[in-house]
Amino acid sequence: MTGTGLTTAAPAGAPAQGLRLTVAGAVLGRPGAPVLHGLDLEVAPGEILTVVGPSGCGKSTLLRTLAGLLPPLGGRLSQDGAPLGGPSADRALVFQEDALLPWRSLRANIELPLAIRGLPRAERRARADGWLARVGLTEHAGRLPHRVSGGQRQRTQLARALAGRPRAVLMDEPFGSLDARTRAGMQELLVEALRGTRATVVFVTHDVDEAVFLGDRVALLGTGRVLDVPHPRERSAHDAPATVALRHEVLASLADAPTPEIL
Amino acid sequence: MSAPWTRRARRAAAVLGALALWQVLAQFHVDLWLRFAQFPTVTETARAFARRLGTATYWQDVTESLTRIVTGFALAAVLGVAVGTAVARSPLVSDLCGPLLEVLRPIPAIALVPVAILLFPSNEQGIVFITFAAAFFPVTVATRHAVRAVTPVWEEAVLTMGGGRWRVLRSVVLPGALPGILGGLSVGIGVSWICVISAEMISGEYGVGYRTWQDYTVVDYPGVFVGMATIGLLGRLTATAVELTGRRLTHWVPRTAHGPGPAPAGRLRTPAGRATSGGPS
Repeated sequence: MTGTGLTTAAPAGAPAQGLRLTVAGAVLGRPGAPVLHGLDLEVAPGEILTVVGPSGCGKSTLLRTLAGLLPPLGGRLSQDGAPLGGPSADRALVFQEDALLPWRSLRANIELPLAIRGLPRAERRARADGWLARVGLTEHAGRLPHRVSGGQRQRTQLARALAGRPRAVLMDEPFGSLDARTRAGMQELLVEALRGTRATVVFVTHDVDEAVFLGDRVALLGTGRVLDVPHPRERSAHDAPATVALRHEVLASLADAPTPEIL
Repeated sequence: MSAPWTRRARRAAAVLGALALWQVLAQFHVDLWLRFAQFPTVTETARAFARRLGTATYWQDVTESLTRIVTGFALAAVLGVAVGTAVARSPLVSDLCGPLLEVLRPIPAIALVPVAILLFPSNEQGIVFITFAAAFFPVTVATRHAVRAVTPVWEEAVLTMGGGRWRVLRSVVLPGALPGILGGLSVGIGVSWICVISAEMISGEYGVGYRTWQDYTVVDYPGVFVGMATIGLLGRLTATAVELTGRRLTHWVPRTAHGPGPAPAGRLRTPAGRATSGGPS
């Protein structure tokens, strides 16, 4: 593990303002099988909102809907006040499963969103190399995804999502399949990588520790509650009384949450 | 596993053994229910082959057959991939073309000879049409399956990068379906050979199939065997070309240790380990 290894500066250019995402009275799910009813949620520009909830409560559904991959069944979803619409480069999605294209090298995967935006070859390459350095993968740039570890693939996915300079990053348990140490390293890498951007982040996880560490606020999906995090993104605050109390509150809320119908 | 040279020696021995058996059976006019009395021997066939290689007609026949198969197969590859992809991706095209394809598919291409004669002004175009029809269906069907089997999350990833329909097609669907498409192309080139030779036997003026049948009608049995050997060699050549091109294009597919390709050195993880990375939430 190379740790965070962020040696180079953020890619040039002023980052775009993060999106304000609003969900009002939304019914989400597949047609005929709604999993979320009457959901209200507001994500402020540039904040990191973590979303926790038991398995099957609709965390992925919420993210896929925010990404525009799944139309809402009811209610209103908007970005900066305008209706959300279909998928767009504004809202990048980082998947839990391996969504790298297996026939493209790590570098070529990171170049893909830049190619879609029509950047010239040289600039694509330079920006991708910058991101590879930021996530500590320069020496693996030319490798195919199946020749690197799961943690390295997730770092590539993160770099690919951020390389397109989205105004919102939607993350669906991106570190869910990683071991504990790799996972902690990835959390810090994410915090560092986001520092240069002003992107709004919605981060879904079932890990309460992760939610409390990464989030400015924690949304409890089963209950409709949103809690403020006293010391966001400070490892040293892990054992602070306020942080411990928040973790207890989150766990207690989740324990009280109604059991989801789908298991 | 045996050392490479033992395996090579074994393969060579198998071929030489078969040739020796043929030589003995033909030379001694063996007649054990199966009759080898009229069979040319290996040496007769080899002499005839050497003689033929020196004639312009032989090379003209080979060129004719190769031109026909390359033209027909290339048309089938392009149209087969296009139609297969369209059927798999578009409900409209699927409704319009699906039933038609299902009815036409079981017709052996060689049964289309009368149709080809009616449709096309020249024999030549008819033969190319038959060759095309032979490869078109395997390619189309393989493409349709392969496109439907492309991992959905790849497409969703490109959509959330702002990619449109054509970008998804170019960057996800076609490369993702390629391993499956190549299966169809391999089958297609084989069926194409069967059909180009048969069509030449029925209605050709040149070509390896025409020459082989011609030799049979004038009782030149060594010539028939030269024709068969030529067909075998050309078939092997084109199949290998398709196979090698395919392997170059799909070098990214993780191959198992038991697969046909050499296992990459220094591999510690099994490729299957990738698929087990946590269930959906």
